[in-house]
Amino acid sequence: MRVNFTVNGRQQEADDVWEGESLLYVLRERMGLPGSKNACEQGECGSCTVRLDGVPVCSCLVAAGQVEGRDVVTVEGLAEFARQRAQHGGCASGACGDDAGKAGRAGTSLQDAQQWQSRPSDSQTGEGDELSPIQQAFIDAGAVQCGFCTPGLLVAADEMLERNPDPSDADIREGLSGNLCRCTGYEKIMDAVRLAAARQSATVPSQGA
Amino acid sequence: MADTRTTGIPFNVTQGSKTKGGIGESTLRPDGTLKVTGEFAYSSDMWHEDMLWGQILRSPVAHAEILSIDTGEALATPGVYAVLTYDDLPTDVKNYGLEIQDTPVLAHGKVRHHGEPVAIVAADHPETARRAAAKIKVEYRELPVITDEASATAPDAILVHEGRDDHHIGHVPHPNIVHRQPIVRGNAEEAAKKADFVVKGEYYFGMQDQAFLGPESGLAVPSEDGGVDLYVATQWLHSDLKQIAPVLGLPEDKVRMTLSGVGGAFGGREDLSMQIHACLLALRTGKPVKIVYNRFESFFGHVHRHPARLYYEHGATKDGKLTHMKCKIVLDGGAYASASPAVVGNASSLSVGPYVIDDVDIEAIALYSNNPPCGAMRGFGAVQACFAYEAQMDKLADKVGMDRVAFRQLNAMEQGTLLPTGQPVDSPAPVAELLRRVQAMPLPMERQWESSEGSDVRQLPGGLSNTTHGEGVVRGVGYAVGIKNVGFSEGFDDYSTAKVRMEVINGEAVATVHTAMAEVGQGGITVHAQIARTELGVGQVTIHPADTQVGSAGSTSASRQTYVTGGAVKNACELVREKVLEIGRRKKGTYHPAWATAELLLEGGKVVTDGGEVLADLVDVLEGEVVELEEEWRHRPTVPFDLVTGQGNGHVQYSFAAHRAVVEVDTELGLVKVIELACAQDVGKALNPLSVVGQIQGGTLQGMGIAVMEEIVVDPKTAKVRNPSFTDYLLPTILDTPTIPVDVLELADDHAPYGLRGIGEAPTLSSTPAVLAAIRNATGLELDRTPVRPEHLTGTGPA
Ligand code: FES
Ligand code: FES
Repeated sequence: MRVNFTVNGRQQEADDVWEGESLLYVLRERMGLPGSKNACEQGECGSCTVRLDGVPVCSCLVAAGQVEGRDVVTVEGLAEFARQRAQHGGCASGACGDDAGKAGRAGTSLQDAQQWQSRPSDSQTGEGDELSPIQQAFIDAGAVQCGFCTPGLLVAADEMLERNPDPSDADIREGLSGNLCRCTGYEKIMDAVRLAAARQSATVPSQGA
Repeated sequence: MADTRTTGIPFNVTQGSKTKGGIGESTLRPDGTLKVTGEFAYSSDMWHEDMLWGQILRSPVAHAEILSIDTGEALATPGVYAVLTYDDLPTDVKNYGLEIQDTPVLAHGKVRHHGEPVAIVAADHPETARRAAAKIKVEYRELPVITDEASATAPDAILVHEGRDDHHIGHVPHPNIVHRQPIVRGNAEEAAKKADFVVKGEYYFGMQDQAFLGPESGLAVPSEDGGVDLYVATQWLHSDLKQIAPVLGLPEDKVRMTLSGVGGAFGGREDLSMQIHACLLALRTGKPVKIVYNRFESFFGHVHRHPARLYYEHGATKDGKLTHMKCKIVLDGGAYASASPAVVGNASSLSVGPYVIDDVDIEAIALYSNNPPCGAMRGFGAVQACFAYEAQMDKLADKVGMDRVAFRQLNAMEQGTLLPTGQPVDSPAPVAELLRRVQAMPLPMERQWESSEGSDVRQLPGGLSNTTHGEGVVRGVGYAVGIKNVGFSEGFDDYSTAKVRMEVINGEAVATVHTAMAEVGQGGITVHAQIARTELGVGQVTIHPADTQVGSAGSTSASRQTYVTGGAVKNACELVREKVLEIGRRKKGTYHPAWATAELLLEGGKVVTDGGEVLADLVDVLEGEVVELEEEWRHRPTVPFDLVTGQGNGHVQYSFAAHRAVVEVDTELGLVKVIELACAQDVGKALNPLSVVGQIQGGTLQGMGIAVMEEIVVDPKTAKVRNPSFTDYLLPTILDTPTIPVDVLELADDHAPYGLRGIGEAPTLSSTPAVLAAIRNATGLELDRTPVRPEHLTGTGPA
């Protein structure tokens, strides 16, 4: 089958998709977007977390056919997504309005989704990358070790901070409880999210919860 | 040198500035940006035009004769390019293994464990490959399974490996025992008579999985010369190469290996997984072949931590001095040897822990069985022993009537203490101090769910499930400390190689570091850059991809990489520096007498005297020159332990960590919440403090995992794995994880580069017994196994 959807602000079309191919597989193997990771492919680890119409989902559990006409943001598009959000007062996809949180049914028009596009960077060194606050915080806090859990955690943490810019430690733990990390002991991940939240509140003082 | 230093010369002298990003600083990872943007290429991300997907068919039973394999229907499936079995292997070499080559590439005649590879398939879509594999018909005749010491050593036991001819067979009491290491020092029998108190204990340590997140995966690309290029996630490229090439029937230089991104390892990538299979399929089909395990396969595709039964006896006088120790440690190695012999060496030689005990009688063995193969995992044999001896210390302290920490401190080893192998610990051994530090940390608040911020049920055992509001919840505190060896022991030639190059690129002096070290997330590449900056005074350091075009770096395990490959990088840098200074003397030596007389350093992109005067810009010295040197580096040699007495200087270095655990237990439901897990560790010298703390926290959490949730459950009747998934094998989530405050001590080890100590494993040792001790303290229960499950706490199930 053929599936049309928007990924990181760009219209995409996947051909010859098998029944039962997951969104994760289509992103990684058909679209050349391996940023979303394949650690369990059974919805247990969160490494494959992407936003589908603004809502974080395990892309390994989403059948590719389900995303027809919808809008996906992966870690590859996170920096640009966050930049657009900052410019548009807290929303990049149109999904953070009244529809936020209604899994799968948030209404993002294709037009909204295409208001932004992720930009390529140097894939050798990552130079030229403009990072989102949460990405920068993960680097600065030492929250990246092997990094396999990182893309999923970033997408999940970014969305959590969008909903709750001033989370307590218990809020952070609850918000990220669907994402496993085997390397860090999570302490530095906590540090990173706190750091991103603090920087966010320092730079956008007027923006309340 | 101070008096020969030339000062006051008016020309060409300014004050040098230190190079930024050198050792001791918390420099950030060079791969950090790529990892947060999703652009870092892990082994499962490899892609090649026209590539095929490989799939492995695995045995559904643990022990059976293979009567027949029919691949016809699989091969006839559209999209399938190859189906290979044992009969298709190209040479007489059909087995591989780290030390003993007992592991078949594909099962022949027999399968020895659940999930053993039987056949492999290559197809144009992963689902096609899976479906084709399912069409292969294998006829098994099941055999009785060997699952424990009794069944392995029974007089009529079936041999897991018939006709063993490895070098351990001569000294093991039964062919179903891989290796046995006794250690006898002093006279435990005699010394026991001086004991006022004796405690005995039997402990069980469950089978833990490394559970790295990045699945076993890689891409094999056939090359025109008949060889193969393999991009793979591993811990030791050269060790893989040594095992792969003979099976393929290729010379080593025709198998070119490049490290691709590694999503964690923890020992689970020391053994081969999909490497040979991908190469075989690529060579057979003439096409690139990618294999990616799913999580289910990953549980079958790598070795686990040895489960262990440990029998201990300790004695103490009434003033609390340890008199003697006797122990027997039975490790279950599963169907293939893997690293079992070395695990036995560690478990036995470190079985007394960081304590002074002169009279010991020790025996450690590893079994062959039909359970899943076990091998390397973080802590390597020392973990299981630590769990048992620390439980014993608590029991004994209670009997003597002493404070548990004070009891440990009274018996703590120090620099100069002899290990049971007779080897002196010849570097700082701050055991009592680490315990003091971890005890001195402030305790977390009691009943924090009732804190001023309003009651928060998420702080309680059971958390969001809202199972309690604090009734029936009790707190406990426990302590533990451990000792881990660093590096490969017992005479292993544990060297590393580094190639360092210096040149001017775009008007800047640049260093390139090339090693075959596997960066598995630990941050080795970060410290290599730091070392090069410190030694060569350059800001810009490029880390060359790890591959087999440079000499071996040894394994990224045993906490050894920063020590050994870091040492090699340091050494190579020193030689490069000498060469650079030679060039400087040649080109610039006439301008300033200090070139000939002073001690010269490279700092901040300049050649400076040890007084800080600048003699030249590195760019001017290096212009038009390239300095490149490859250098091997070795630490002090070790010897194997004597096979009868266990005596011998078998270890290189030690690292020490202590933990204090605070837990809250819902005694009604048997739910445990670990509130805090504080750690104090001596790291010798923290080359990168941020990474050091990250390693300690990660290791601590893996130790907590085995204490309260992680276990591969193997059916004792069938030897089948019951929980090969992240649904059933429970890993700690961020909700299960306590705060992990870390106190880092830096007592230099004079024998090591910069005085550093390996750090990765020690925190995994004491974390488990500390949590167990805290749960015992909270509940008053004995608890002699890991992991502790609700039924153990409520008395509703078997222990
Ligand atoms: S890969 Fe999707 S949740 Fe683990
Ligand atoms: S899994 Fe390796 S950094 Fe999280």
